[in-house]
Amino acid sequence: MSDIASRVKAIIVEKLGVDEAEVTPEASFTNDLGADSLDTVELIMEFEKEFNVAIPDDQAENISTVGQAISYLETNVK
Amino acid sequence: MELKRVVVTGLGALTPLGNTVSAYWDGLINGVSGAAPITHFDASKFKTQFACEVKGFDPHEFMDRKEARKVDPFVQYAIASTDEAVKDAGLEFDKLDRNRIGVIWGAGIGGLTTFTEEIANFTRGDGTPRFNPFFIPKMLIDIAPGHISMRYGLHGPNFSAVSACASATNAMIDAFNYIRLGKADVIITGGSEATVNEAGIGGFNAMHALSTRNDDPKTASRPFDKDRDGFVSGEGSGAIILESLEHALARGAKIYAEVAGGGMSADAHHITASHPEGLGAKLAMKMAVEDAGLQYSDIDYINLHGTSTPVGDISEPKAIIGLFGEHAYRLNLSSTKSMTGHLLGAAGAVESIASILSVKNDIVPPTINHFTDDPEIDNNLNFTFNKAQKRVVNAALSNTFGFGGHNATVIVKKYQA
Repeated sequence: MSDIASRVKAIIVEKLGVDEAEVTPEASFTNDLGADSLDTVELIMEFEKEFNVAIPDDQAENISTVGQAISYLETNVK
Repeated sequence: MELKRVVVTGLGALTPLGNTVSAYWDGLINGVSGAAPITHFDASKFKTQFACEVKGFDPHEFMDRKEARKVDPFVQYAIASTDEAVKDAGLEFDKLDRNRIGVIWGAGIGGLTTFTEEIANFTRGDGTPRFNPFFIPKMLIDIAPGHISMRYGLHGPNFSAVSACASATNAMIDAFNYIRLGKADVIITGGSEATVNEAGIGGFNAMHALSTRNDDPKTASRPFDKDRDGFVSGEGSGAIILESLEHALARGAKIYAEVAGGGMSADAHHITASHPEGLGAKLAMKMAVEDAGLQYSDIDYINLHGTSTPVGDISEPKAIIGLFGEHAYRLNLSSTKSMTGHLLGAAGAVESIASILSVKNDIVPPTINHFTDDPEIDNNLNFTFNKAQKRVVNAALSNTFGFGGHNATVIVKKYQA
């Protein structure tokens, strides 16, 4: 697992209060991990803070699973 | 239409004296002070460095980590005390009409800790807004009754009453009235506050409202003493289950006491100072006694607002003498804030609980920390100084007054079939 992937998973475990085992690449924040719309906004903000990036709203809308978050960040974090 | 009778069937308390109703009551009748050096933040640069904090509270005993993170401490406190009260009342919501059960809650300030943290984050940044999406829903005062309704699935009337330090009493009177009018069968009422933080202590310090007796926190809250120098910040929560008598009897609930009446008024005088003759206080007490259909001589105990501020402690006894006449000298009076500190918007809740238990147990909790009489106060009144007193308490009146000039008074009495 890449460094980015493990940091993303740690944030999700912390913020959503879920077990690490549930945080699979396919897992959807809302459908599988119990997040509501505010939780999702908070997750995006945490990713921005952790990785020092700005994720525009139109990009954020496309991040709804763990895998999408990891792949976005792997592409955009320098 | 005939008004319904309203009774108290459950209590919950999270206070500086203890985290359950029984621990709270034990502290009250034993004259224990809840004051100690502040632990919630570094107060070393503050004029006041002590408070009456809740001790040993773990929100995770009441909610999971994710839930706890999304609510301000004043909501965590509300949920803890409500859980105790619901259990105490033996309410089984699955067997009841949830549309007829409401929550009317009081808080004076609300999520000040959340507000402070979010603004601090913003001002530390470069001006880019990065507010947490839970900022607003954590801070709002009315989110406390909202969370309680969601926790138990209660669809009846749901809102907060806000009148600074009279908030929880206003909430309780509203709850009483809605049940009396037949708009609900059961209402969870009470109040919570959690403002022992930088903004709370700093803000009240700036007003010169707080005691600065840093060398002796436990004697700092000394209502009606000549050397009182301000109130002591408290925090916590009190929950009271009010229920129509018929509903309580139908489910065989235990009954602590009956709510007899409520009175509300405004001083229309000054933003923070009470009227020097206690005109608003007198009016609220008069309305409550009349609402209860009682005579002044029927009241045995008054739980005073008595915050231990130089000015406020003078007007309330004047109001009582003016209204009760000779009977004023036969009353037991006490300020339990001498022990709990001032719980602000939750004061009316924990002090109504003190009055309810006084009626139930025939014991009047004391005003502790009395050392020197104040010549400006009529000390022929019985302030129940320093030691609890046993006496039959058929009816007790609880006063709360809030910044803005709000006065709210509630009367509870022994339940008789």
